[in-house]
Amino acid sequence: MEYLIIVISAIFVNNVVLSQFLGICPFLGVSNRVNTSLGMGAAVTFVMTISSIVTYLLQRFVLGSIEYMQTIVFILVIAALVQMVEIILKKVSPSLYQALGIFLPLITTNCAVLGIAILAVQKEYNLGQSVVFSAATAIGFSLALVLFAGLRERLELENIPRAMKGMPIALLTAGILAMAFMGFSGLVHQ
Amino acid sequence: MNRLRLLTKGIIKENPTFVLMLGMCPTLGTTTSAMNGLGMGVATLFVLTLSNMAISLIKNLIPDKIRIPSFIVVIAAFVTIVQLCMEAYTPGLYNTLGVFIPLIVVNCIILGRAEAFASKNNVLDSALDGLGIGLGFTLSLTVLGAVRELLGNGSIFGMKLPFVEGDGILLFVLAPGAFIALAYLMVIFNKITAKTKQ
Repeated sequence: MEYLIIVISAIFVNNVVLSQFLGICPFLGVSNRVNTSLGMGAAVTFVMTISSIVTYLLQRFVLGSIEYMQTIVFILVIAALVQMVEIILKKVSPSLYQALGIFLPLITTNCAVLGIAILAVQKEYNLGQSVVFSAATAIGFSLALVLFAGLRERLELENIPRAMKGMPIALLTAGILAMAFMGFSGLVHQ
Repeated sequence: MNRLRLLTKGIIKENPTFVLMLGMCPTLGTTTSAMNGLGMGVATLFVLTLSNMAISLIKNLIPDKIRIPSFIVVIAAFVTIVQLCMEAYTPGLYNTLGVFIPLIVVNCIILGRAEAFASKNNVLDSALDGLGIGLGFTLSLTVLGAVRELLGNGSIFGMKLPFVEGDGILLFVLAPGAFIALAYLMVIFNKITAKTKQ
C-alpha cells in the first residue's frame, strides 16, 4: 500500500516535469516526435533506477560524516554511471544500445536524475522505497514527455502567430498539460 | 568598449532565458515570487562568475580529454560553498529554493559558459562574461517572478498593491502559471526584438 502511494504520487500527483520542474531541458528539447520521446523516456528510466541504488548506498555508507560533499559526489557518480551504462550496453546488448544510445550522453545534464537522488535522500526513503520512487518518477517523466510530443506533432501543422512559434507555444501547451495534471492533486493525501 | 559589451550582452542580445533558452528548470521552478527569482538569480550569478574565473585560471593545467568532468567538479565545489552560505545566512530563502540550489551544478548555462568562453579567454574577460550572463539570468528570473507574484498574489516583493482588493489568480503561483507566464513573456520579448531588428 505504501509503495502504491509512492507510485501514484510520483507519476500523477507530483509529476516530475509538470509540477516539480525537473528535467525541463529534455522535456522541451526531445519532444518533437513520439518515437524519440519514447526512447528518451526509456533511457531516463533505466539510468534513474540504477542511479537511485548507487546514490542510496553512497549516502548510507560513505557520506555519513561528510554530508557537505553530497553535491560533488552525486554528480560525479551519475556522470560516471552514464558512461558505464553506455559502455556496458554497447557490449552486452547492441540492439538496446542502438535504441537508447544517442540519448544516454544527454542524461548527465538532465537535472531530474540528480534532483531525484537528492529528493530521495531528503525524504529519508529506504532502499526499496528509493528504487520504487525513482522508477515511478521516471515513468511519470516518460508519460509527460510522450503526451507532450503527441501534442507538439499536431501543433506543427497549425497556423499560429509568428511571435508564438517554437518555444512560446510549446510552453503554453506545457502549461495546459500541467493544468490537466493538477486534476490529480486530490488523489493522494499528503 | 569591448569589455563593456561583454558585461551587457547577457541582458538582451544573449539573454540566457529568452534567447538561449538555457537553465529552464530553475527559471520555472523557483519564480513563485520576485524575491525567490532574485535569490535564485544571485546564487547562480555567484557560481557562474566564480567558476568562470577559476576555470580560466586553471585552463592550461587541465588535459583536454577530461575537461568536462574537471569543469563539473569546479562548479560543484562553488555550488557547495553557495549552498552552505545560504543555509547559514538566508535560511528562509534556502528552504524555499530547496533542491534547486544543489541543482545549480547541472544548470547548462554554467557548463556552457565554462566550455564556450572561460576555457579560451583570460581571467578578467571570463569574470565579466560570467557577470554579464549572470545579470541577464537574474534579471529575467526577477521579471518572471514579479509577473507571477503580481498576477497570483497581487503583490510585488512581498508588498501588497494599494487599491487592489482580493487575492489574485492563484493559478499563476502554481505550476501551470509558470509555463503560461514564461510563454507570454517570451512572446513580448520576441515582438520587441523583432521590431528593433527591422
